[in-house]
Amino acid sequence: MTLTINGKEKTLHEALSVRALVDSLGLGEKRVAVEVNKELVVKQEWASRILREGDHVEVVTFVGGG
Amino acid sequence: MSVPYAPFKLGKYELRSRLFLGTGKYPTLEIMRQALEASGCHVVTVAVRRIEMGQQHAEALLEHIDLKKYILLPNTAGCFSAADAVRSARLAREALGVEWVKLEVLADKKTLLPEPLGTLEACQTLVKDGFQVLCYTSDDPIMARRIEEAGATSVMPAGSPIGSGQGVLNPNNLRIILETIKVPVIVDAGVGTASDVAIGMELGAEGVLLNTGVALAKDPVAMARAMGLACEAGYLAARSGRIPKKLYATASSPWEGLIEPAKRPAHDGIPGE
Repeated sequence: MTLTINGKEKTLHEALSVRALVDSLGLGEKRVAVEVNKELVVKQEWASRILREGDHVEVVTFVGGG
Repeated sequence: MSVPYAPFKLGKYELRSRLFLGTGKYPTLEIMRQALEASGCHVVTVAVRRIEMGQQHAEALLEHIDLKKYILLPNTAGCFSAADAVRSARLAREALGVEWVKLEVLADKKTLLPEPLGTLEACQTLVKDGFQVLCYTSDDPIMARRIEEAGATSVMPAGSPIGSGQGVLNPNNLRIILETIKVPVIVDAGVGTASDVAIGMELGAEGVLLNTGVALAKDPVAMARAMGLACEAGYLAARSGRIPKKLYATASSPWEGLIEPAKRPAHDGIPGE
């Protein structure tokens, strides 16, 4: 299954939830937010939202800015 | 002090400083941390960006900001459409749990001027969605009015283009905005040095937001302190009733009781007499 995470194609061998993806990136406890196909996925739905073929995922945090 | 430096109520916060400092472009995160401290600011802005995949420094920025001391204000910098700005604001709210946002919808990368129609659209959408919107705009008084009507918590006119260091280029527009707008007006962008902050505050702004003027100064920490002092100085000056400007001088010392003057030739009157 191929999907796009932060603009890069990634192949997954098994279906993952958003929660599992965030955990696999080592971001489980960090202040991050996730969008799938330009729709916000709130934390309460991370476990139930299973990623699908072709999904476009954005995982964001914060950087310096004015 | 007869005019106290009153806490500033903005949205649901009571702020101890009217200076808002950005966190971008410092030489190091440690210098940024020291600059925030030196400025005395209470609110710091941050930008929403993708996690860099495969790198461990997610949150590096936030680890250098003591959240017991500072309130984070996420921005939508870099967004060129209302839709993208609204998405960024929602992502920021989800990640940080704060309900306010500094809204920026920009027109192009060269001017970084706000795109007025997109700004207004995003402002309306975010206000309906429960956000407290601090809305970046040009110094156009009519646009400021539209933004206030859209329900913004603060109108944030630019003194001059972002990062330009040109200061407050059109004080008359700012004066009109300050006369017209009831919500707090925060001068945002263009600050190059401390006097620019003081001018904004003396005109009657409730606060000033800046970043580059501190971050790219040769000594960001000292400049941060200067900006903080200027903010306080301008605030107090604005509320202290400045004297009117006059063309001619008025002596501070009395004319009475002067010692016997030297003899002067008859034709040599004292100028101005």
